[in-house]
Amino acid sequence: MTEHNVRNFTINFGPEHPSAHGVLRLVLELDGEIVERVDPHIGLLHRGTEKLIETKTFLQAVPYFDRLDYVAPMNQEHAFALAVEKLLDVEIPIRGQLIRVLFSEIGRVLNHLLNCTTAAMDVGALTPPLWGFEEREKLMVFYERACGARMHAAYFRPGGVHQDLPPELVEDIGKWCEQFPAKLNDIEALLAGNRIFKQRNVDIGNVTLEDAFAWGFSGPMVRGSGAAWDLRRAQPYECYSDLDFDVVIGKNGDCYDRWVLRINEMRESVKIMKQCVERLLGDAKTGPFNSMDGKVVPPKRAQMKRSMEALIHHFKLYTEGYHVPEGEVYAAVEAPKGEFGVYLVSDGTNKPYRCKIRAPGFAHLSAMDFMSKGHQLADVTAIIGTLDIVFGEVDR
Amino acid sequence: MSEVLNDLGAHIREVCSGVHDARVAHGELTVFTTPGAIVDVAKFLRDDGQCAFAIIIDVCGVDWPGRAQRFDVVYHLLSPTQNARIRIKVAVDEDEVVPSITSIFPGADWFERETWDMYGIPFSGHPDLRRLLTDYGFEGHPLRKDFPTTGFVELRYDEEAKRVIYEPVELRQEFRSFDFLSPWEGPDYVLPGDEKAS
Repeated sequence: MTEHNVRNFTINFGPEHPSAHGVLRLVLELDGEIVERVDPHIGLLHRGTEKLIETKTFLQAVPYFDRLDYVAPMNQEHAFALAVEKLLDVEIPIRGQLIRVLFSEIGRVLNHLLNCTTAAMDVGALTPPLWGFEEREKLMVFYERACGARMHAAYFRPGGVHQDLPPELVEDIGKWCEQFPAKLNDIEALLAGNRIFKQRNVDIGNVTLEDAFAWGFSGPMVRGSGAAWDLRRAQPYECYSDLDFDVVIGKNGDCYDRWVLRINEMRESVKIMKQCVERLLGDAKTGPFNSMDGKVVPPKRAQMKRSMEALIHHFKLYTEGYHVPEGEVYAAVEAPKGEFGVYLVSDGTNKPYRCKIRAPGFAHLSAMDFMSKGHQLADVTAIIGTLDIVFGEVDR
Repeated sequence: MSEVLNDLGAHIREVCSGVHDARVAHGELTVFTTPGAIVDVAKFLRDDGQCAFAIIIDVCGVDWPGRAQRFDVVYHLLSPTQNARIRIKVAVDEDEVVPSITSIFPGADWFERETWDMYGIPFSGHPDLRRLLTDYGFEGHPLRKDFPTTGFVELRYDEEAKRVIYEPVELRQEFRSFDFLSPWEGPDYVLPGDEKAS
């Protein structure tokens, strides 16, 4: 074949491809089966969340955060609630903090169960998602019992959480924690030693720590490369500093390490959940779960029926909302996918002036070209799987 | 915590000539610089031993239509070794170009594209400054304060033309912007029906 006949081949991957994890369009330039260049086209799920938040009061903005990373909704609300609380200078009572930590960790397990099992599906295994989804279903029922919704919870609100947890629910979560590790061992045994799974993942999508930092990676993507960097430890929020858990790290920074890391993170999450359950049934069994000054959190319905003052507060907080002092803050949480941050600018009114959502998946996907270059076409799906992207948060 | 940040801010102001102010508020350090100096400042913050802000967290814009310099470009960096965060703010005019920091942090690529897309702030030296989140062929910059929340065009699949067509937005009901600010302490305009009061 003469030289001018050899040309690169450009193909479209997605936007409707099962292993694109949503609506991702990749324009792939291929030299034979080797990927030369990847150009992700995103924004197919762009809903203008940030613009919409600017037109809503602080409380009305909360449900938009559920719809970002819809795999672990409450972790997103958490970042927004922390940002507003930082501006308002509000403290949350210990029971509220424990409930938040408990549900943040449920969110982490929800997310990792989905990611670890569908990453396996992307490289050809069907059984893991079926096993994983059974456990996810149970966790979603806990979401539902806490707030009434399986996914779009609007449960973590600035000033605390929306409702208290009934003790039966906490006990059931405790029971779930007892049986889950066995299920997790099964899923791990299915894949961790599997020859095909290893061939598809080991030494694929390697990232060095310097590159991970420069590309703005966070969460499992940096821990997989060997940095013990976890916001729950490094910059603790809520009561994470009182809880006992380990930061799991990987060694080689490849897809396989990140997969194993996520599995082990679930074990740590269960450990944290157990401690929360114990305290929620023990020393923090009763007590306030909300900020008590009445200027941020609306009064309970029973109070509202008896007290004129409570009625006025209830009305004002659900119409006008609270005014947040002028200023700007950045609050971040260790969401399951990495650092989820909210940069909030307030001009002193009842609506956010600017609310920038920093999604971990956005930074991870931006490195798609860097990570896939020189890999085989089939490895692209493995890399998308390990990036752990959800388009709700990437496109916002 | 804020003492450490105060010291760090003072150090940055002293050593880095591009930074003209450093403030600590809500336990967060903010430094102010100019578009011309942003690349040097970013490089300094990454390479200086006391700073070591190795992770690019975010780049975004903020629109202040009433201000002489209309936009702020806000950079967030994180230092895993110092366990500190920093915010860099650059005020720019509407048609001013900001040098791209992709040569320092490759991860700034998409964040700058998004800022261009949403606010129309151009970045010079960016390898590929295309729109990122909006539709192919979209016009305008949606996060500017003068861009209506409802937008200008809507699209639908047209059965006759057998393709997706764009039409001007037609609202069944005006976009309602409720003003709940309390009348005795809030707005400085006259409420409808209240003209004769005062």
